[in-house]
Order: sequence, then C-alpha cells, then structure tokens
Amino acid sequence: MSTDVKSIPQGEDKLQQRKSERPIFEQTISPNGVKLPIYMDNHATTPMDPRVLEEMLPYFMEKFGNAASRNHSFGWVGEEGVETARERVARLIGATSKEIIFTSGATESDNLAIKGVAEMYKEKGNHIITAVTEHKAVLDTCKRLEKYGYRVTYMAVQKDGLIDLEELKRVMDDKTILVTIMAANNEIGVVQPIAEIGKLCRERGVIFHSDATQAVGKIPIDVNKMNIDVMSISAHKMYGPKGVGALYVRRKNPRVQISAIIDGGGHERGMRSGTLNVPGIVGLGKACAIASEEMAKESCKMAGLRNRLRDKIMSRLDEVYINGSWEHRLPGNLNISFAYVEGESLLMGINDIAVSSGSACTSATLEPSYVLKALGTGDDLAHSSIRFGIGRFNTEAEVDYVADRVVETVSRLRELSPLYEMAKEGVDLKSVKWAAE
Amino acid sequence: MAYSDKVLDHYSNPRNVGSLDKSSPEVGTGLVGAPECGDVMKLQIKVNPQTNIIEDAKFKTFGCGSAIASSSLATEWVKGKTVDEALQIKNTEIVKELSLPPVKIHCSVLAEDAIRAAIQDWKKKQETGKPVAAAVAVQ
Repeated sequence: MSTDVKSIPQGEDKLQQRKSERPIFEQTISPNGVKLPIYMDNHATTPMDPRVLEEMLPYFMEKFGNAASRNHSFGWVGEEGVETARERVARLIGATSKEIIFTSGATESDNLAIKGVAEMYKEKGNHIITAVTEHKAVLDTCKRLEKYGYRVTYMAVQKDGLIDLEELKRVMDDKTILVTIMAANNEIGVVQPIAEIGKLCRERGVIFHSDATQAVGKIPIDVNKMNIDVMSISAHKMYGPKGVGALYVRRKNPRVQISAIIDGGGHERGMRSGTLNVPGIVGLGKACAIASEEMAKESCKMAGLRNRLRDKIMSRLDEVYINGSWEHRLPGNLNISFAYVEGESLLMGINDIAVSSGSACTSATLEPSYVLKALGTGDDLAHSSIRFGIGRFNTEAEVDYVADRVVETVSRLRELSPLYEMAKEGVDLKSVKWAAE
Repeated sequence: MAYSDKVLDHYSNPRNVGSLDKSSPEVGTGLVGAPECGDVMKLQIKVNPQTNIIEDAKFKTFGCGSAIASSSLATEWVKGKTVDEALQIKNTEIVKELSLPPVKIHCSVLAEDAIRAAIQDWKKKQETGKPVAAAVAVQ
C-alpha cells in the first residue's frame, strides 16, 4: 500500500522532470544570423502576440470573475472585458457586437453554424451545399447531418482551387437551406469569391456560412458587403490564444437563427451555454483590435516575404509547381510541390524549419492531402508538397535561410531519386507500369 | 515523428547511392513501388558470374526518410552475400535494425521486394543471356 501512496508524487516528479529535460527545441544561430529553428507553419497556429498576452494576464488572477455573475463587481469586471472583446471582434468584420457568439474555437463554431442552421430551418428544406476542399470540421459535420437525413452536395473545385459560381447556381434548389464555403483554404491559402457567393445566396434566400478561420485578420472581411450570414472565427490563427473562437450570426437583413448544440445556463443569448473563457475572449478581442489596425500594412509585408521565398526557390530549382490559384491567395501562403522528392523526406532534411507537407507519410490517414487531390494534382505531386505559412514574426533573413535550405535539400534528394533520374533520361513516368507493393 | 538514430544516419549519409549499368549482364535492377504511393525504390546489384557473389549494390529512392534508410541498409546487407543468401534477408530484420515504427513497416517490405526484384532481373538475364534462350525470348 505504501508504494501506491508514494507512486503519485513520483509520477508527478517524472512529468516535471520530462518538462525540464525536453526543451521544445535546441536553439542555435544560423550563419546568416537567424535563430533556429524557424517557425513557418502559421496556418497550423500562430505564436501569440505579446500585446495579446499582456491584455489577457489580469483576467487570470485579479479579474477572475465569472462574466455571468450579475450581482458583484468581480462579475462586472469580467463582463466588461468580454463586451470590449465582443465589440473588437465585431469591428474587424463589420458586424455589431450582438452578432458575436464566443465559442471554444473554429471547429465548434463550424459545428454550431451548420448543425444549428440545419436544425432551425429543417421545415424549410434539407439540402446543404459545401465544397470538397473544406476543413474537416465542416466536411465531417455535413457527413453527420447526412446520417440524420439531410442531403449534402460536395462541390468539386476547379484546378486553381476555386469553386465554380455557375455550378453553385446549378446545384441550388428549392430545398437548399445552407451554403457553407470557406473564405480561405488552410492548405493552399486559396481565397474563394465570398462576395459573389454571398450575393447568390442572398438572392435566393439561402443562408451563407463561411469558415473564415484562415482569412479573418489576414484579408479584409466585411459581413455586410459580402452578404455573409454566419461566420466562424478562431483566435489562435491570428496571434491570439488557443481554445477560443467566435461565431458571427446575422441579426438583421435577414435575421438568422440557429439552434444551440450545447445546452445549459443560456449564455451567449442561449446559443452557446457554458461559462465564458474570459481571458481567452479578451485575448481574441485584442488580436482582432491589432488586426484592425495593422492588417493592411502587415498583409503587404507578408506577401512581400512570400513572393521573395517563391522567387528564391523557383529561380534555382526546376519542376517546382505552385498548388492553387496564385492570384486569389492569402498573402502569407506558399504551397508548392517539388517533383520527384517525397515531402516527408524533405521535411526531415529541413528539420530546423517548421513547415507542413501534404505527403501521406505526414498524415494520420496515410492518404495524401485531399485538398491537393481535389485540384487534380496527381498523387505523386501531392506527396511532394510543402506548405509554407509566413506570419507576423517572420523576417527576410529567415526567408532567405529557408530558401537556401530548401534548394539544397531538394537538390540532394533529387540526386537520390530514381524518378528524377528516369525523368532526366527522358522516361515518361506516366507510361511506366509500376509494380504494386 | 521521432526517427531512430540509425534512420537519421542513413538519411544524412546514405550508403551506395547511384546507378549501375542496367544493360550489363552482370547487373540486376529492381524497381518497386509507385510515385502515387509516395515510395519508389530502385536497387541494383552487380553479381560475379563465377561465384554468384554480389560485389556491388546501388540504390536510389523516392520516399520518406525510413524508405531511404531501408534501401540504403539493404544495399549494405546484400553486398558480399551470394544471391541465395541475399534472398534470405527479411523485412523484419530491417525493421529491427532501424527501429521502424509500425506505420513505416511498409518501407522495409518495399526494400525486401527491391532486393528480390533485382535478383529476379539478374536471374532472368542469366537465362536470356544465353544465345539460344535469348532467341526464344524474342519469339
């Protein structure tokens, strides 16, 4: 028995020890003076802006009150923090503060939007339209609704990743209650024609939801100009904290209603019960306030760095392909395929740089990126893709270092690649009969 | 994913990278996998016709770090072995040597396949290499 009692603190000791023994990374300095490793995976998440953290800190200790406590100052102070945040989020997207519902993040927002609209408008119809390149939070939610008897159209996308507006018109019918199309894609950064989609939906009285997780704070989004009715927002993609997001729900012209999926104390006007994550919400608000101020200048800087990276890579390597539309793209996104080189081995070679790959080897499912496949990118090129996500804190020196390392590693791996050798010998790889495993 | 030190070593310093003359009667070439699957290995052996000993081996691999390491190790292991001995190499030994995790076992299978394919190609050449057999093959 005594050993059992002891094992509890010992276990905790071990965890503490592991924490201290394993730093996140060994920091070193590159020859051109940049700190390594370099974080260039800003579509996955972003580091918090120090100004956001500063704003949040008081809400953990001295301003700890429950925002729903109506009868003492602790509660009022919390509520004040939340309401300021609500106004800041609203201002960034051209909404009013009453139209903002706080959630635990964009996945919850997508679930709430789609399931909430589906349930509320089920008397009106049962048809939902989305696209194959949406985030899994949207696709899997739609799949679940299919089990409950809803009909879902998964629109294909064009080679550049954009949906075809004519096709959208064709697939809409009198049972369509919801169109859900993302503002910007998380892998290829392609920005959909949101205003045009919004206009189409408005004309036909169909609710338009957009998962704008990657877009808000990066490109201008105005829910009124774009006729967006419901929109998902995440804090940690825009230099805010993880575990907090928001859903915009239109209140007039027209008023949109959604059913709750989390029942309880009736918080957030009954649409999302649960004690509010006050520090997180304050952080999201500050992140939005910073974006409102700095987005225009920042996106210009992002695009400059991104173009520099592209030019430095593409001028030195042949057979490099950009995935998705170049014109309609987030300023910080570069998704490219390096023919004849497998993505995971490339990541391994540039292990002092944090980026992502569409290669099957890097995914849990062992399938290459479904987004790249949807563009008609062959599986071979999907396996060879790398997503660079440039963010607020990346520098020109980092971009130069990344470009050099990528060029050097791709060149080395191509020397190792039988496919590169065959291509150089003039073999048409498409005509080869490959021995199946 | 964390790689074993041996995988990292083979990835950073792959052994026996390159190509042998695939038209030579002493050379057997194995090409396995498919670009769509994310793995293609080319493994070549040069066999001494008198002793049937594999005197040289080269590889090129398109694939993840574990695939590169598996094929690099395979070339090391087949060198100096007779053709029949090389056929005894099992993918499980590669898994063990490189400490491959379950999701990477297919890389070792592919390496074993590559060895077999190279030997098969060489054996075929030994048969068709004879003038009469070659004539039969053409028909």
